[in-house]
Amino acid sequence: MANPLATLAKLHLTGLRVLLVFTVLCGIAYPLVIVGLSQALLPGQANGSLVRQNGQAVGSGLIGQNFTLPASGPSAAPQPDPKWFQPRPSAAGSSGYDASASGGSNLGPNDPGLLKSVQQRRSAVAAFDGVDPAQVPPDAVTASGSGLDPAISPTYAYQQVDRVAKARGLDPQRVHQLVADHVEGRVLGFLGQQRVDVVTLNLALARLG
Amino acid sequence: MTPTLAGVLQALALVAALALSYRPLGDYLAHLLSSPKHLRIERVGYRLMGVHPDHDQPWLGYLRSVLAFSAVSVLFLYAFQRLQSHLWLSLGFPAVPAPTAFNTATSFVTNTNWQSYSGETTMGHLVQMAGLAVQNFVSAAVGVAVAATLIRGFARSRTDRVGNFWVDLTRITLRVLLPVSVVFAIVFVASGMVENLHAAQQITGLAGQTQSIPGGPVASQEVIKELGTNGGGFYNANSAHPFENPTAFTNWLEIYLLLVISFALPRTFGRMVGDNRQGYAIVTVMALYWVVSAILMTIAEWRHEGSALQAAGAAMEGKEVRFGIAGSTLFAASTTLTSTGAVNSMHDSYTALGGGLTMFDIMLGEIAPGGTGSGLYGMLVLAVITVFVGGLMVGRTPEYLGKKLGGREMKFASLYILTTPAIVLIGTGTAMTFKAEWSAALNGGPHGFSEVLYAFASAANNNGSAFAGLTATSTWWNTALGLVMLFGRLLPMVFVLALAGSLAGQQPVPATAGTLPTHRPLFVGMLAGVVLIVVGLTYFPALALGPLAEGLK
Repeated sequence: MANPLATLAKLHLTGLRVLLVFTVLCGIAYPLVIVGLSQALLPGQANGSLVRQNGQAVGSGLIGQNFTLPASGPSAAPQPDPKWFQPRPSAAGSSGYDASASGGSNLGPNDPGLLKSVQQRRSAVAAFDGVDPAQVPPDAVTASGSGLDPAISPTYAYQQVDRVAKARGLDPQRVHQLVADHVEGRVLGFLGQQRVDVVTLNLALARLG
Repeated sequence: MTPTLAGVLQALALVAALALSYRPLGDYLAHLLSSPKHLRIERVGYRLMGVHPDHDQPWLGYLRSVLAFSAVSVLFLYAFQRLQSHLWLSLGFPAVPAPTAFNTATSFVTNTNWQSYSGETTMGHLVQMAGLAVQNFVSAAVGVAVAATLIRGFARSRTDRVGNFWVDLTRITLRVLLPVSVVFAIVFVASGMVENLHAAQQITGLAGQTQSIPGGPVASQEVIKELGTNGGGFYNANSAHPFENPTAFTNWLEIYLLLVISFALPRTFGRMVGDNRQGYAIVTVMALYWVVSAILMTIAEWRHEGSALQAAGAAMEGKEVRFGIAGSTLFAASTTLTSTGAVNSMHDSYTALGGGLTMFDIMLGEIAPGGTGSGLYGMLVLAVITVFVGGLMVGRTPEYLGKKLGGREMKFASLYILTTPAIVLIGTGTAMTFKAEWSAALNGGPHGFSEVLYAFASAANNNGSAFAGLTATSTWWNTALGLVMLFGRLLPMVFVLALAGSLAGQQPVPATAGTLPTHRPLFVGMLAGVVLIVVGLTYFPALALGPLAEGLK
């Protein structure tokens, strides 16, 4: 038997060569091929499903965003803008929907702070939309796992119709119809839940006037 | 359609898809793990790697190769992260700090994919695709390779050879993981996942707020993250992030991919030992735990116990609207019962019992169906224990598939089932004795203890999901969990390989009237019971202090 140290070194050298082969194959060639194919065949999706207004990208159709009024002061909390449909609460970043800081609140089911937030959100949303607090749906008072949830429940969307119509001086019937047109069913009829994508809905709303 | 019916249909569609894959994928794996023929491209690869593909190794040689490959991988990945600012596509990110780089290197090499960093602000694209994602492929292949040696231990006799590690590694990666990844990466992109090499794009939203939309080769990494039961997200929010999981369809497909190999491997086992019924027995026990766990978790979340969730009206904290409760719990049960650890909803915000179940699933030892390969070898070790217990009952030397389970075999099997719980409980106990360490938990009371227990259970079982309220980014946590992941991965492999070598060397004994048949419902029931007793007795005190205390309050 040769020097055991030399055998050991040889074995690790083999390991390194194997790793390098797989790095080139699975770590360079594979992703580059997929990037190339995607950019050639599916550029819209591969680049973030951006939605545009007047040719200008105004967001991703898959990523929620804030619809708040410009802050009244440096320390003031941003207020929701009544002219837009509002997304769910978000724990991503300090003011929510920060796509470079995705994540949830991670607060437990009995957390006193979470309980207080839920109660505050419930009364705030009810007052903002002019509805009974008991009617406010769960998605309006809870933060999503990603903090970037683009969707809300149809219930929450319909609840906002009157407020949005009033703020924009539009016929509530038209706004109601717009929401109805944007309700997406379950995928294949049984996967996921019914939902309304807020960014897409608001984009259509902006086109409405 | 009611949510209940939709949830049931979603699960049934998944069961059907997995059942359809069972035979073809299992048979294909059995073929490629037994065939003496090499593809031409593989021969080229072996020359580049400098390995002799036709020399089978004894178990100790196989183990040395596994350990050498793991050691080189950890060092390589560590250096890669430390040097990222000097490489291309770093997006301007600095070198990853040493404790985080160590933790991440061990995490990806051990198929754990625990993440003590936030992807979108730490890792450049090159480290993600050529560093982390490469381990997503090979760490999964290492698991299947080690499982293959145990199968060969049963299938072969009077030999000291259990296979060639480099050949197993290459074939599993090249003939299974890579082709499947190519196909589904395209499906994922078509469904909305991003796949580019951009840095984040700054845009101004409809209401005037600026937002930075991240980029990256996400779809290509997402497939192997699930298929290899890895679970390391490209972004911090993992599969809850819309770019990692844009629709309820991709959600379903991700669950399918993370289960498919582990659920097909019992077929490979049955095939290679020459009795498909043995595979059916094993897969039945796996499926039993998976189905019961998914159902209980869904019920717990639908009931939304907990003061904050009751006030909200549903357990939607930490869950996405597009998946709903059933789409979240099916994912959660599957990701914790395999060693995946990807999350599409935040387990920390689950109800006490739902979250407790995710932890219990991990503590089962990742065997229902478990990680790629590691699930099968874990379940086979428990089957060995079960046969032994059965032998004790009738007072004769037990045998499994014609192989005698004597003192040597039982020592390795016992060491296997003792190792992981010892690491979890010692680790948790240590962390709880240092105030500075357990105060890293976000929540107070029993829920805070659950966060710590979950972290050690997840790391030692190579799952990688978290009760993410725990801020495990200090040097202590990064180092402790890094070591836990290494021991939790490699020590069980040592015992599995030793067991494989011991079995392969035996001359099979013919079955007699006194032999316990290991393909009948009786054995399935016994095995399911042994799993529950071993795990229940080990972890019950710890679970009582965390989720049970919280749920019964």
